[in-house]
Formats: sequence, structure tokens, C-alpha cells
Amino acid sequence: MSKRGITLYLHVHQPWRVRDYSIFDVSSAHDYFDEQIEGTERNNREVFEKVANKSYRPMNALLKKLLDTHQDFKVSLSITGTFLEQCEAWAPDVVKSFKTLVETGRVEIVSETYYHSLAFFYSRTEFERQVEAHKQKIRDLFGVETNVFRNTELAYNNELAKWAEDYGFKGILAEGWDDVLGWRSPNFLYRPAGTERIGLLLKNYRLSDDIAFRFSNKDWSAWPLSAETYNDWASASAADSPLINLFMDYETFGEHQWEDTGIFSFFEHFVGKWLSNADNTFYTASEAVEAHEAVDEVSMPHTVTWADTERDLSAWLGNSMQHEVMRYLYALEHDVMRSDDIELISDWRKLQTSDHAYYMCTKWFRDGDVHAYFSPYESPYDAFLYYMNAIRDMRYRIMAMHHPGAYDG
Amino acid sequence: MNILMLGWELPPHNSGGLGVACYHMSKALSIAGASIDFVVPYTASHPNTEFMRVHAATPVKPLQRYGMGAYDSANAEYESLSEADLNDLSNIRGVQKRYVQFVEQHVSSNTPDAIHAHDWLAMEAGMRAKLLTDAPLIVHVHATEFDRSGEKYGNPVVHEIEYQGLMMADRIIAVSNITKNLIVQRYGIPADKVEVVHNAFDVDSFANYEYDSHTYRYLESLKKEGYTVVATVTRFTIQKGLSHFLKAAARASEKYDKLVFLLAGDGEQRDELLSMSANLGIADKVIFTGFVRGKQWRDAYSVADIFVMSSVSEPFGLTALEAAHHDNALIISRQSGVGEVLSSVFRFDFWDSDVLADQIVGIATSEALKKELTENIKHEYAKLSWHDVASKCLQIYHRVRLGTAV
Repeated sequence: MSKRGITLYLHVHQPWRVRDYSIFDVSSAHDYFDEQIEGTERNNREVFEKVANKSYRPMNALLKKLLDTHQDFKVSLSITGTFLEQCEAWAPDVVKSFKTLVETGRVEIVSETYYHSLAFFYSRTEFERQVEAHKQKIRDLFGVETNVFRNTELAYNNELAKWAEDYGFKGILAEGWDDVLGWRSPNFLYRPAGTERIGLLLKNYRLSDDIAFRFSNKDWSAWPLSAETYNDWASASAADSPLINLFMDYETFGEHQWEDTGIFSFFEHFVGKWLSNADNTFYTASEAVEAHEAVDEVSMPHTVTWADTERDLSAWLGNSMQHEVMRYLYALEHDVMRSDDIELISDWRKLQTSDHAYYMCTKWFRDGDVHAYFSPYESPYDAFLYYMNAIRDMRYRIMAMHHPGAYDG
Repeated sequence: MNILMLGWELPPHNSGGLGVACYHMSKALSIAGASIDFVVPYTASHPNTEFMRVHAATPVKPLQRYGMGAYDSANAEYESLSEADLNDLSNIRGVQKRYVQFVEQHVSSNTPDAIHAHDWLAMEAGMRAKLLTDAPLIVHVHATEFDRSGEKYGNPVVHEIEYQGLMMADRIIAVSNITKNLIVQRYGIPADKVEVVHNAFDVDSFANYEYDSHTYRYLESLKKEGYTVVATVTRFTIQKGLSHFLKAAARASEKYDKLVFLLAGDGEQRDELLSMSANLGIADKVIFTGFVRGKQWRDAYSVADIFVMSSVSEPFGLTALEAAHHDNALIISRQSGVGEVLSSVFRFDFWDSDVLADQIVGIATSEALKKELTENIKHEYAKLSWHDVASKCLQIYHRVRLGTAV
């Protein structure tokens, strides 16, 4: 029997935030993502450089150290194309440190859409183009192929699993949500309903969120969390099961949980603790799928995500503003694609990044759960306003430069 | 004749039409021979006001006054000025208390022939000055609390001040019949105490202007494709009836899709209007500019084809005349006073979005109709003169001093 192992999967992403783009810029300036004013949360370069120092540099150094120290330590990363573009422009040393990690052979890159988009739900052709673009980017940069798929925000349903299997993936990631699993544990490999070969890895959200969300919460009964305690929890969780899938944002380390919370040393010690038991190991996502047999079939006819207590898409598509911008955005597909205008296509795709819609979320006004949300804008209405103006400018560019025949106001 | 003008703002420190009206009225009065002391509640320079003496009642800067502009009556807290803190100049009642003190001091050495107080903001000072000098008080009503609060009740403190001011006034000037009726019906003031003097329009202050088609370049590009720009330039408050306007925009867009709506301005209702435009499925057709001044403000009129005034209750509505001057066809709610002096306009009841939608589509689809409206209205607003307003005011001052009825 194989060892029981942790599948650690970290998601690395930065969006191209839209600047304070007013109607007076529309049709004159097309630089939606190029905020020049310093000290705003919309200045992508500033944000990137800040997070690089707080998270990417120290965490990559720690991951390298752990890989060097422990032969059994492994990690899987999904790195978006929008992140890689910014990283190449503003922190080439960070790109290099990711390459060094991948070169160890124990760091797997997970496939996703290049633009961290929700295209699966709007345009299957565009979705596949973005998956291909991401695969190509990973090939070019890291020289590796991707074999396991995760969709943006872990937005998953049976249809997606079927698509991933047909596309040739051997594994796919999703949320291990109680409403779906019932009495079943997320600590096994499952088979998505309607598929034959592909393996489904489900996030153990309790253990994942202990680190990602609760780690520094002083009101939490387990605070401060020690590596020993967490190791006990993990061991107990996997007592009768082979897998613990810890899925979280990479920026958990250093950005969501700052260094002074002790997150880095906690993690380092936990890895050591876990591996000090000879029965324990780590798996890459591909290994986790290959090393185990699916114990049961799991069906998710409705889309499940890893967000909020609802575990649905309501943070991105919960109000009419969000639905409107998505409708306008994807209506441009045909005209944008046939323009052959590389910049236009790239801008259109950058606008597809799910973060934009997330910034327009108003549901926390009901929840009072402001802390769970990060936005560079003063209000969701501001986010909507600037984004709509960018859509208008996209229409203007299509009309002025490519003369498609009809012009939507 | 010495007139003590009690105002709240003058250009360029105005947040709307009140300051503009006060300026032109004073200028025309001074040309007609009146000597004017004009009191404002803040300290700032006012270019081109050498025809009168402008007095600053407090050291507050115009920017600090932001949030207690002429229209922001919702924050007035204390009914009696004696409760207000003289030193709290971040509070509108504190500023008003200082304003009253300044006026008391001023009249102790300058007795006016008439006191002309504008709106609730200056009414208390007007009453005080009348008490101290026995000079006649003329209260000029540009807007009441009933107008400002739209379809809601409004601030009872402000209602009380307005009621007292209207009761104490020797004569009342209302800027429209709509406002006069409101004063008579809602405040129970005898109709023969109220005189209607419509505002005018100063064409000269709109000279020396050249339209810059780059300001709203995106809208210009839409116009080249045959789109009609339907605009309003206003504060986004409940008084302006903009939610009814948006409903009409959605209805009109169903019938005719080459329409785009320009909402120039800002205000507390913006977020509500943004999400409403998304709810109606026309977010891409509704453009929000934010607060506009200078070139962006004037070019908004110029880029527009149709101007809509959708106010729930608009005592006058100077912006409609400004729009007409920039070749807009006008659609005006029946609840807007400016409609009383215009014939070549479409009218609708503010709640009747279907009628408004029809009118928008009607003008947008008929070049001939638009031409008739925009050309004919030029003769109508050109007749409105501030000199006529001044001579009516002078007559009122004279009569009230003689103690004769109208």
C-alpha cells in the first residue's frame, strides 16, 4: 500500500487591474491597465513589487530549502499567464526562482486558463484557446507539460470534468464541499460522474483554511497554531485515508498571512514534522492521481467553487452589474478575434480575468463580511464604472480600426 | 436704493443655479441704480462683482463648505440657532449662526431700504435684520424643502425655518407658478403675498466658447454612426427624478437602439443609478461622467442632442435654458418651473416613463422635429432678460415700502 501523502497545491495569480478609467479617456487612451499614479491599489506594478517582496521571494526561497532538505517534499503550482507577464516585466528574478523549483522535478505545474477567466461558462472556444495559451507559456518558460487541470476559482461541474477528460487531462481539482460529499471524506481519489479515467482531487477545506484563513486570527480558539498541533490534526484526518489535499492561494504565505504571523516558520516546521513519520509523504497532483484508485463517483451537476460559505459563483456573478459586464465582454468575441489585432485581443482577454467581476461584488453588504474581500477600488460601483468605460473603448477600437459594420453603443 | 442681499453662494463658488441667479439679478439691479451689499457665508474672491459689495460672513473656505452647499438641507440639525455651536463651522447651523451675527453687526451701521433674502439658508438672517432695522423683508424662493426632498418629506427643521421666513416676509418672490402654488398650498401663505418672477438667461456669459469635440470623443464617434445623445446635467439626488429617466431610457432603447444616455454630474444617488442601469440591461448605454466643470460641463451640452429634465419638483431649472442655448431639443417634466416660460418643448409627468420614452424616440427619429424644436426655442429663451427680473424686483421694493398691495 502506498504511503499517505499531502497534495499541496498553491495558486499563483495577479490580475491586470483597471485604472481610474473615465469616459474622458474612452477613445483617446487605451491604457486601461496602466495606472501611473503611485500609491493606489490599481497600480499593478506597485502591487506586484510589494507582493514579490512579501511573498514570492521569501516563499520560493523556503520551497527551495524544503525541496533540498526533504527528498519527499513536493508541491504543485498553478501560475496564471497574467501573473507571468507581470513577473517577467517587473521581477525576472522571481521567474528564475520558479524555474529553479520546477527543475527539481518535484514541482508540478497545473493547467488552467492563461487569463484566470470564467470563459468556460461563456465561450468554449475561447476557453480552450486560453488553456492552450497557458500550456504553451508553461512549455516556453519551464519546458514541462501540464497533466492536471484546475479551473478559475476552482469553479467545477460535471461538464468541466468531462471536458477535461476528453481534452486529455489525467486529473482535475475541485472543492471538497460537504453538500456534495455528504458522509464521504475528501481524503480519497474520486471519479467525476460521467467520466471513465480522470481522477478528481478534492480540497480538504478544513485543513486548508486553517492555514489560509484562520492562521493569524487571534479570536480563533486554536490560535496560535503550532506545527505540532497541525501535524496532529493532519495525522488524525488521514488516519484511515490516503490523501490530504491542501489547496490554497500561494499568497497565503507572506501576503494574506504576513511574515510576522510566523507563517513561514510554521510551514517549514510542519513539513519536517509530517515527513518525520516514515509512513508519510507528499504527492504532486499527478502522482496523487496515479498512485490511487478512485473509491467512488462524485457528481456536481451545479457549479461549485472554493469561495465563501456558498461555494458558488455568486461573488463573481451575483448581481446584475456583473452579469451585464460579462454579457458585453463576451459579445465582443467575434469582432475581437477576427481583427487579428494582437493588442486588442490581449486587452480583451485581460478584461476576462475573474478578479474584475469580483471587485463588483455587492453581496458582502448583506453579509457584513467585508474582511473576506479584497478590492483595489473604493466601491464595487467604481469598479463597475471604470470597467464599463474600458468596454466602451474596446467597442470604439473595434469600430475605428476594424470597421466590422455595426457599432454597439 | 440700498439693498441688503442675503445669499449663500456666488459664482465661481456655486454648486448650482442659486448662485448664478443671485449674480445676474444683482448685476441687473445695480445697472438699474440699486446699491447692493451681498453677504455670503464663506471667504473667497469673486471676480467681476465690482458692481456690488460682497461681504464674507465667516472665514470658512468655499471647499470646506462642500457638503453644506445651497442644496444640502438634510444635515441641518438644530431647530433654534441658539442651540447651534458658533465655533463649529463644519456644521451648517454653526455657519448660519455666524452669518446671522455678521448681518446683525452689518445693519447696526448700515440700514438698508430693503432686505432681499434667498432661500431658507438666509431667511433667519433676513428676519433678524428686519427686526433690527424695520426695513421690509423680501424672501426669494428658489427652492423649498419640498423640492429638495423629492418624493420624501424632508427635514422638519428646514420646513420650520421656511414657514417662519414666509410668514415674516413682507413680500415673497417665487421663481415659478409651481413654486408659488407650493408656498400657498403646503405652507398656507396667502396667494396675494406671493409674486412670480421667473429667472432669466444671460446669453453673454456663454460667449467666447468653442466646442471641443475631443472632450466627449467616444460620444462623437457614436454620433457619426447615427446615434442620438440624450443628456442631463444635474446633481444625482432624488429631486431630479433620474430613476424615472433611466426607466424611460430602457423603454426607449427597446424601440430604437441608436440611443446613448449621458448623465453628467454626481451625487448621493450615483451608486443606485449605476446598479439600476445594469438591472435594466442598459449599462452600456448610460454614461456617467462624475462631477463636471468648465469645458467638460459645457461640452456635455454641446455633444447632446436631446436634453431631459426629469425633476420630481423643480422650482425653475436653469440647465434647461443652458441646454437649449447649445442646440438641444428639450423634454421637461411638468413639475419643472422653466416649462412655464417655454413653448417649443415636450412635456411629461415625471413618473410617466412611457411618455418620456416615446418623446425621446420621436425626436431621435425625426431630424425635422429636432430642427423645429431647437430653432424655435431660441426665440423663447432669448426674450428672458435679467433686466426684466431687476425691474420687477425694484417695483416690489418700492411697493412694499409704500405699504401698498400688488
